[in-house]
Amino acid sequence: MSTFLGMPALPVYGTGNLHASESFPKAAHRELGNAQLRANLGHATRTIRDKRLKMVAELPDWEQLRDAGSAIKESVMARLPELLEQFEENFTARGGVIHWARDAGEANAIVAGLIRDTGETEVVKVKSMATQEIGLNEYLEEQGITAFETDLAELIVQLDHDKPSHILVPAIHKNRTEIRDIFLREMPGADPQLTDDPAVLAMAARSHLRRKFLTAKVAVSGANFALADSGTLAVVESEGNGRMCLTLPETLITVMGVEKLLPTWQDLEVFMQLLPRSSTGERMNPYTSLWTGVTEGDGPQNMHLVLLDNGRSAALADEMGRSALHCIRCSACMNVCPVYERTGGHAYGSTYPGPIGAILSPLMTGIQAEENNSLPYASSLCGACYDACPVKINIPDILVHLRSVDVDSKRGTKKIPSQMDVGMKAASWAFSSGKRLALLEKGLPLGRLAAGPDKKITKLPGIAAGWTQSRDIPAPPSQSFRDWWAKEHRAPDAGSATPSQGGVSENSVSQNKEDQP
Amino acid sequence: MRIALFATCIVDAMYPATARATVKILERLGHEVVFPSDQACCGQMHVNSGYLKEAVPVVANHVAAFDTEDYDVAVAPSGSCVASVKHQHPMVARSCGDKTLEARAAAVGAKTYELSELLVDVLGVTDAGAQLGSYFPHRVTYHPSCHGMRLLKLGDRQARLLRSVTGIDLADLPEADQCCGFGGTFSMKNADVSSAMLEDKTANITATGARLCAGGDASCLMHIGGGLSRQGSDVTTLHLAELLASTKEAPVSVTGDVLLSTGKAAR
Repeated sequence: MSTFLGMPALPVYGTGNLHASESFPKAAHRELGNAQLRANLGHATRTIRDKRLKMVAELPDWEQLRDAGSAIKESVMARLPELLEQFEENFTARGGVIHWARDAGEANAIVAGLIRDTGETEVVKVKSMATQEIGLNEYLEEQGITAFETDLAELIVQLDHDKPSHILVPAIHKNRTEIRDIFLREMPGADPQLTDDPAVLAMAARSHLRRKFLTAKVAVSGANFALADSGTLAVVESEGNGRMCLTLPETLITVMGVEKLLPTWQDLEVFMQLLPRSSTGERMNPYTSLWTGVTEGDGPQNMHLVLLDNGRSAALADEMGRSALHCIRCSACMNVCPVYERTGGHAYGSTYPGPIGAILSPLMTGIQAEENNSLPYASSLCGACYDACPVKINIPDILVHLRSVDVDSKRGTKKIPSQMDVGMKAASWAFSSGKRLALLEKGLPLGRLAAGPDKKITKLPGIAAGWTQSRDIPAPPSQSFRDWWAKEHRAPDAGSATPSQGGVSENSVSQNKEDQP
Repeated sequence: MRIALFATCIVDAMYPATARATVKILERLGHEVVFPSDQACCGQMHVNSGYLKEAVPVVANHVAAFDTEDYDVAVAPSGSCVASVKHQHPMVARSCGDKTLEARAAAVGAKTYELSELLVDVLGVTDAGAQLGSYFPHRVTYHPSCHGMRLLKLGDRQARLLRSVTGIDLADLPEADQCCGFGGTFSMKNADVSSAMLEDKTANITATGARLCAGGDASCLMHIGGGLSRQGSDVTTLHLAELLASTKEAPVSVTGDVLLSTGKAAR
């Protein structure tokens, strides 16, 4: 019998709501057909975009702040095991209990077990991406436990039996008329005279939630940051309902991804500037709650933290992709992304939509995961996300990297190569020699022939058909530039200076003569 | 100065007038232009589609064509191809572990400029009307392409040059910094999303009342122009090199239907 002596097998991929059930182009096609969604999204993202730009412009040291945020996160990734141990020691010393979860299934089982131990069947929840990621609400429901979302937007989505479509504004795809209809239909005791005035809607939600806050014995939260040097957790929110959940119940269970760690309390300063300006376009966020362990007679007396891997080690193992774990979930990238703006979050099929989702989901689940391998292609690589990212995640470069991992993973596995494979091989051959390209350009007149008398190509076959669904291609010129140049410079007039050929073979030098085409 | 022209594959094959205009401008400033004839393509399409292995010979070819002392600087009338040469070529070389190619690629990248960058930063063009004789008495709008704007940080160099053309009426494009939706193979792999992005771009262009949209990247202009053409619009696109090359004596003729030549169709 052989004994295994090496490192544990990596990577451990994530499970839960990280997997798409259909490819991005297919999902996007459906979402693009929803005119209301596009109008709501366009309006909302434009508003947040403008606000963010204004707030960022106020800080003369914004770029230095981004650098600092990026550097701190980089050091966290390099020292993650050590920092996690330091955090565990401090959190435990202050009366908290740490649980480690490898994936969504383990995390869900731990949380359900902790709730069951309290004898309760209802919990209130602080808005949390980690619990969305592991599908906690759905799991608890199966276990006979009801979880009430207390963030207004999360509540709207939950009441509508829908999924969030944005990480900061989960109900961004709904307008206020739709929200009033949801409240009337789903909220117990809603006033039948409810209008779609935002203040009226907020008051309705408030009285609904207040009942929950005052009766709940258990709360479940996520965490925006965890400070290793003190064992402190932090939640950053806008409405104050999070604070109600963090202080009123007897038991508090937090689920947090391992990458949320910061080395010291002082590091928080950088992120408290970066996060609100990038996400809501505010100078500072309204409610910042920090808690360190248990204090007798004040706040929750039982404190648990589930530290979640769920594919984060897999992402960390990818040298090119690991900076995706720097993400502080501000949503700036999706607010500037033209693809997100038109398709909405549901098209990405994961808890994490938009540009960050397009890299994070495949990194956490493995690029070979069914359907998720279409996500890295869901970008025109315009680069707006990289410019907006407060911790400088180079999303376009990681997208390209993941595309190459996808292409490489399929090399030699297909009996018949795809049209794209064949096209790319042929183009590689043609584009790696000036002579070959010149030869191909001799065929340009054929393209003119295909274009016909109106000088447009309106229908292309195969994978190029997508182009001609909404765009024409102009007829190619009768002569390439290369050809024109060669003719112009072949035989200089007698008497004029022969141009020096320098070190470049076949080079020609222009004669400064006016050559009107 | 001896300037090597990197025509880029799309300009070479589809928009030769753009390359001829580039030559014309540089010569008007008294510079000598050379055309390394071994050049073909920057390989951006391969890199951006994930075909790094196939990009290696393309990158190696470009580096070999331009790795010479025979010129002072190289120029391309394309922000995205220059961004590829500068940012992607060393990365491709790294991906195949070729240290020599990486160093040579970096050296070529360091002396390669986008056209407006070269004109403004190196050749000191501040007034195209005065220094180049640029003349274009029409209402024009302008789309700044993503890679020039974000990877090369061109800022307002292109717009500044356009604004200094004699007679021009440059109309601001609403949401100018939004991508047109081309993105190379993105426009085929995600054709629906690409079309939706294009729809908004062409609507914004139409709203300016200009009949011409200028830009610094042939590929984006082909995409935008292709959409306008399909919609039956009389608005067309033109590369800024051609616009800058246009003079009173020799006005630009827009490829295809000579829409704006000799001021006939001017409004």
